[in-house]
This record gives sequence, C-alpha cells and structure tokens, in this order.
Amino acid sequence: MNRHMQYLASQAAAGKLSRRDFLGKAAALGFTAVSANLLLSTAAKAAGPQKGGTIRLGLQGGSTTDSLDPALVTNTVGLMVTRLWGETLVELADDGGIEGKLAESYEASADAKTWTFKLRSGVTYSNGQSVTADDVVKTMERHSGEDTKSGALGIMRGIKDVRADGDSVVFELDSPNADLPYLLADYHLIIQPNGGNDDPAAAIGTGPYIMKSADMGVRFVAEKNPNYWGDLGNADTVEIIVINDDTARVAALQSGQVDVIDRVPPRTAKLVDRAPNITVHSTSAAGHYVFIMHCNTAPFDNNDVRMALKYGINRQEMVDKILNGYGTVGNDTPINASYPMYTELEQRQFDPDKAMHHLKKAGHDGSILLRTSDNSFPGAPDASALFQQSLSSAGIQLDVKREPNDGYWSEVWNAKPFCTSYWGGRPTQDQMFTTAYLSTADWNDTRFNNEQFDQMLVAARGELDVAKRTQMYADMSTILRDEGGLICPMFNDFVEATTDNVDGFVEGIPGQVLMNGYAASKLWVKA
Amino acid sequence: MSPIVKLLAQRIALSLLLLLLISIVIFAGTIVLPGDVAQSILGQSATPEALANLRAELGVNDPPVQRYFAWLFGAMQGDLGTALTSGQDIAQALSSRFWNTLFLAFWAAVVAVPLAIFLGLLAVRFKDRWPDKMISAVTLASISIPEFLIGYVLMYFIAVQLRWFPSVAMVNDSMSLFEKLNAIALPIAVLTLVVLAHMMRMTRAAILNVMQSAYIETAELKGLNAFQVIYRHAFPNAIAPIVNVVMLNLAYLVVGVVVIEVVFVYPGMGQYLVDHVSKRDVPVVQACGLIFAAVYIGLNMIADIVAILSNPRLRHPK
Repeated sequence: MNRHMQYLASQAAAGKLSRRDFLGKAAALGFTAVSANLLLSTAAKAAGPQKGGTIRLGLQGGSTTDSLDPALVTNTVGLMVTRLWGETLVELADDGGIEGKLAESYEASADAKTWTFKLRSGVTYSNGQSVTADDVVKTMERHSGEDTKSGALGIMRGIKDVRADGDSVVFELDSPNADLPYLLADYHLIIQPNGGNDDPAAAIGTGPYIMKSADMGVRFVAEKNPNYWGDLGNADTVEIIVINDDTARVAALQSGQVDVIDRVPPRTAKLVDRAPNITVHSTSAAGHYVFIMHCNTAPFDNNDVRMALKYGINRQEMVDKILNGYGTVGNDTPINASYPMYTELEQRQFDPDKAMHHLKKAGHDGSILLRTSDNSFPGAPDASALFQQSLSSAGIQLDVKREPNDGYWSEVWNAKPFCTSYWGGRPTQDQMFTTAYLSTADWNDTRFNNEQFDQMLVAARGELDVAKRTQMYADMSTILRDEGGLICPMFNDFVEATTDNVDGFVEGIPGQVLMNGYAASKLWVKA
Repeated sequence: MSPIVKLLAQRIALSLLLLLLISIVIFAGTIVLPGDVAQSILGQSATPEALANLRAELGVNDPPVQRYFAWLFGAMQGDLGTALTSGQDIAQALSSRFWNTLFLAFWAAVVAVPLAIFLGLLAVRFKDRWPDKMISAVTLASISIPEFLIGYVLMYFIAVQLRWFPSVAMVNDSMSLFEKLNAIALPIAVLTLVVLAHMMRMTRAAILNVMQSAYIETAELKGLNAFQVIYRHAFPNAIAPIVNVVMLNLAYLVVGVVVIEVVFVYPGMGQYLVDHVSKRDVPVVQACGLIFAAVYIGLNMIADIVAILSNPRLRHPK
C-alpha cells in the first residue's frame, strides 16, 4: 500500500494528479493529511525543480511612486523585484544562519571589530562588467553617506570604514559587533556597479534574472539571466503584478491569473485553502502587532499603569479573533522564536485581578486614551475594541479614538503617547533592540530609557560566546517585558498562497515574506 | 456678430475662466493637506537625517504664490513638473495612464451610451408597461449598489467561476486590440451598469416631456406609428438634455473610475492619483486635478455647445 502511495505521490509531483485528488486518495487509504503532505513534498523534491515556464506573482504593497533604486525599497514588491536582479554580500540561510552570496566566505577578528569578506570570483553583472571589491566599497558608501536617503542608513551607522583589499572587502567597526553579517544581509544593500552612483535605478546587478520591463506599481517582467553564477531561478520568465486590493488578489489567484500571492487576509484564509488547486502557506515570523505606550508621558510613566494594561489584554483572544489563528501569542517583548538566540520566558497571561491590583497601586483613575487606525495593522480598530472589552472586565476604562489612515505614521505613531502600531521585526535581537529600544534609537517609539538595558545591549553586541550572549538577550527581554512600554499581544504569520500550477514552496523560511523574497526564483512551474 | 457665435464665445471664455479658478483651488487645496511629503515617502523607516536630506532636495520651502505662478506657466506650456517621489517627468508618466483611462472610458461609452438611449426609447414606447418597469428596476438596482461590490460579484461569477474573462484588467503595449478588450471586459461591464440608469432615465424623461407637446399630437393624428413619432419627432427635440447627461456620465467615466481601477488593477489615472495622494506627492496630485478638471469642464462645455446649436430659435433670430 505504501508503494501505491509513493506511486501516487510521484504522479502528483509530476503534475499528473492534482494535489487535491492525491490527498483524497491518501485519506481513503488511511493516511493522515500530515503524512500525505510530507510524502508529497518528498516526492516533489525527488522529482526536482523543473526548468522553464513563467511564474506569475500577484503582490500587495507596490505603488506608482516606487523606485528601482534598492536604497529606496520600502515594500514587498520592491523586495521581490530587487531579489530578482540583484544580490547582497551574504544572505539569511534557511536555518536562520548566514550564507554567502557575492561573498564566498567571511571572518571576524577576535574582537569582532574587523571583518573581512572574500568575494566570489568571476561573477559578472547583467551588463557584462565584473564585480570588484571597489563596487562593494562604493555601494556601502552610497548607503552610509551623510546625504543618503537609504533605508539602510540606520544599520550602517556603526561602520567606521570600508576598504578594498585585493578581492576582499574589509569592514572596520566603531565597536565590536558579532552580528555584522546579518546587517549586510539587509535587502537594501544590493551590490551595484560603481556602487550604483551612476544610475541607482538601472537594475544592473548579479541576480538570477534580468529586468525586461518595470512599470512602477503596476507590472514587472524579468527573464532568466543566462550568465548567473549560482543555481537560483527555475522559471524562464517571472512576472510580478501589483494587486493591492485583498479581494482582487485572491480572485486573481482563484481565476488562475497568478500562481502566487502574498498577504492572504487571515479572515478568509481558511476559505481560500478549501478552494480546489490552491494551497495556503503560513510562516511564523518576527512581525508583531502592538500597542505602544510612551514610558515618559503620564499616565504611562508609571510602570504600574503599564503593568495593569499588560495584564488586562487577552493575548489568545487577539490571535484567535484578529489573526484567525494565523499567528502566535506575544509576551510584551519584540522577540519570539524566530530569532536565533531566543530563550523562552514565562508567558504572561490575561489576569483582570492583577490588572486591577496594579492600577490601584498606581493610583490612576479615569479613562485611558488609545489611538488607532487600520493603517497601523490590519484589524487594529477591532483589536482595540477587544482590548477595551478585556480591560473593562478588570474595571479599567479605555477610550478608543479612530484616526485617519492618511498620515498615521507622521501624526500619530511616534508622536502620541498610546497607539496601535506594527513592527516587521529584524533578523537579530541586536538589530531589533538597537532599532527601537536603545535610549538613543531613531525609532524609540516607546520612549524607553533604561541605562542597564543600553549597557547590556552594547556588551552583547561584542560578545562572541553564544551561550553568554543568549543569556544577555534573555535578560534584556525580561526587562522589556516587565518595564517596557510595549504591549505585544501577537506575532503575525506570513499567510501566502500558491496554485497547483507551481511547486517548491517551503514554509517556515526565516526573514521576509514569500520565502524571504526568493519565491519567484525558487519555485518552479509544473509541467 | 450672430447670437450663436456670441453665445459660443461666451461659453468657451467662461470655461477657461472656470479652469483658471479651479487651478487656484487645486493649488491651495494641496498645500493645506496634512502631513509632510518627506515623511510620507520614507514612511515608518524615516530617520531624521534622511528626512532633512529629502526635504532639502524636494525644495518645498519656497513661498506658495511664487510656486503657484511657476506651476501655472509650466502647465500652460505642457510642463507639469517632476514627481517628488520618483523624479519622473509627470507629463510623460501621465500620458500613458491618461490614454489607458480614455481607452477604458471610450469602450465603456461605446457600450453604455447606445444601450442607455435604446433602453430609454424602449421604456417610452412601453411606458408604464412591464418592459418599462423592468428596465427601470434593473438599472436603478445597479446604480444603487456600490460599484466595488458589483465589481466583486462579476469577478466572482465571470472570472473565478466561469473563467470567461480575466479578473485582472492588466493592459500593456504588446497586446493586440482584441486582447486589450478581453482584459477590460469586466470593468466595462461594471462601468456600464453604473452609468446606465442615469442616462436611460434622462432619455426617458426628456422624450416623455416632449411627447406632451402639441406637434407630437399632430404627428400621432397623422397616423405615424409610435416608434416613428418617438424617433423622428420627439428624439431630436430631446437631444439637448440627453447630450447633457451623456457628457456628465462620460466625465464620470474618465474621472470617477478610481475604485474600478483599484479593484481591477487597471493602470489608469485613478490608481496613479491615489498612490501619489497617499505619498503627498503634490505636483502629481495637482497635475491630475488639473487634467480631471479640464476633462469635466470640456465635456460640459461640449454639452452646452450642442444644446446651443440644437436650439432652432438661435439659428433663426428674429
């Protein structure tokens, strides 16, 4: 019988049997869906990626105001397009570690202040030019210069000097940083000829594809780069269509106009998954939907008020109702299991009695004002209403003010003392903490100012002993959980969907959306 | 000067004056928009340095009056400036968008206008009988439903279930006319449903109005059949109000299709405008506003000119 199943799986992998029919037959033979799926993906991998064809992606988040300049990429479409034509020095591996891209190998000095990246030899850009160490230096300079508009400026700060040394590039840092490779995996830092100084938006890079047409916010077409050095890129042609409307995006997938979509609305994801020939994929990630309080503004400058609100939120209810189960509960720190040096802390539970206790201790009376808008995260007004309800059972009155979507990020977020917000997460704890919880951080949106925390963060950055470092991060998470201005009820999964027309989707790859942005190059079209 | 020419000249001058006034309103309106272009471009990932750098580069610090006149003279010469966000030439970026919008509006009009007038005539012919009531009920229902909902419903049945037409109305230059029409079939259907009722009912009302005139009675007494009476005697006299409402709906097809363009992912002016409004890209918003205003005023002006020319009393002054 097992043999028959394997035969069926190979048929399904070869596209001669639809996935749905296969699962139906497997169920009839007494296999669970999990084992049947496993068999199928093993068979698909055994059959191997197929070359050729066109992969079409319908993505949310593109705009006509976008640019092809990697420094200015801010959304999913920009990320996916950049991944097609360009490459960074190193990249996040599937296990959350770092793997070489344009850099073949790298090593740090003992004090983690000097890093040397050795470039892969013989790699050429799509215009035929060879990649040089000088290009890498110029690229880094373009993103870190004082007059840059690059989204990577924040993470480039600690780099004192970049210089070419033969076919290697040497980075000198202000202070030790064991995470430098993670910083250089940032998707803005695409290596371009002459650093992109000539024409940053020319889309000339070393990626597996070559851009054929780019209509910002509308449609992108790329063709396989015949001279690509690696083995990425299965389809001959990749077409990306920007579909910002949720319903339209799902309809485009259902009607077979696209093979892959991102951001399936959690509300309808289960329905979409039930449709024939469509599979919904869910990947837990570092992004989190949050409520942020300014730790230096009354009444949130009193830690008991913050604790009252933290105990007064029902995290499981948020995951169930706002994310429809496509996510995990948070613990009032920005860190979850998707980080490399994660330590599980005791989970804080909804506890109206403790909430009331802390509020009484704080001596606060009257209501608390929360500002929200759908722009902060999908379903934020609903989440605020849920929060209001769970708090009222603790005797705390929350007023919810709905703000316009327009201008939310400039007028409310990081400006008003209590509002809903979203963080996309970062690849390492250091980067997440440095971005938002260091006293001097650019985006310290909780106005968190803790000397002990700051010191530990700097110390951990230079610590090469992983066990010690892990403990330091656990301690920092504990400080944030018990004293911070962040209420983090939930981490949202990436919910994405593919049709049976394509194969090779791997769930659970860390990093960004759609297999860390590589879905277009790693998926293949079934014959 | 004959009264016709004088009236026409007055009407055209009025339109130009209106356009000038609107340009002031557009310019003032976009200046008072809340928020800041630099912050909007960089979004949540804005650092103070990046913000300052971008603001300086965008040059948003000159006095408004100076900026208005510079903008107006540029626009009169066809120079709409460059987009703040992408640095593209707006006139160039807009031209393909504008053609796409006109393309969609044109084909929607080709379907909707004759259909509306035909249904209007049919309704008059069978006044107060079931065809009249059915036409009214269906068109009124379709105009009452929000257009995105009609869009979703058609998308579900025609694109997802039946797979007759694509749900994404993506057109590009490499497509043949037939492929383009196939791609925009659903948006055309939605737009037709949205504008049909207005034009149909106006046609019906205008003709019924004329039908009460003495000369219609004469025509009926002459023994002409009902269609001939409507077609040869009533319709020509109802042209002015019908053209008026047709032009109004044509203007809507050009400037009011934002929602449809978003739902069907059609690369027209609407989508372009929405993206730039949310990024506070003021020059683009101004350019789109000016073009939309020109289309609206232009089509209304044509309606008035037709009304003037179709008025026999003006052609035969006493």
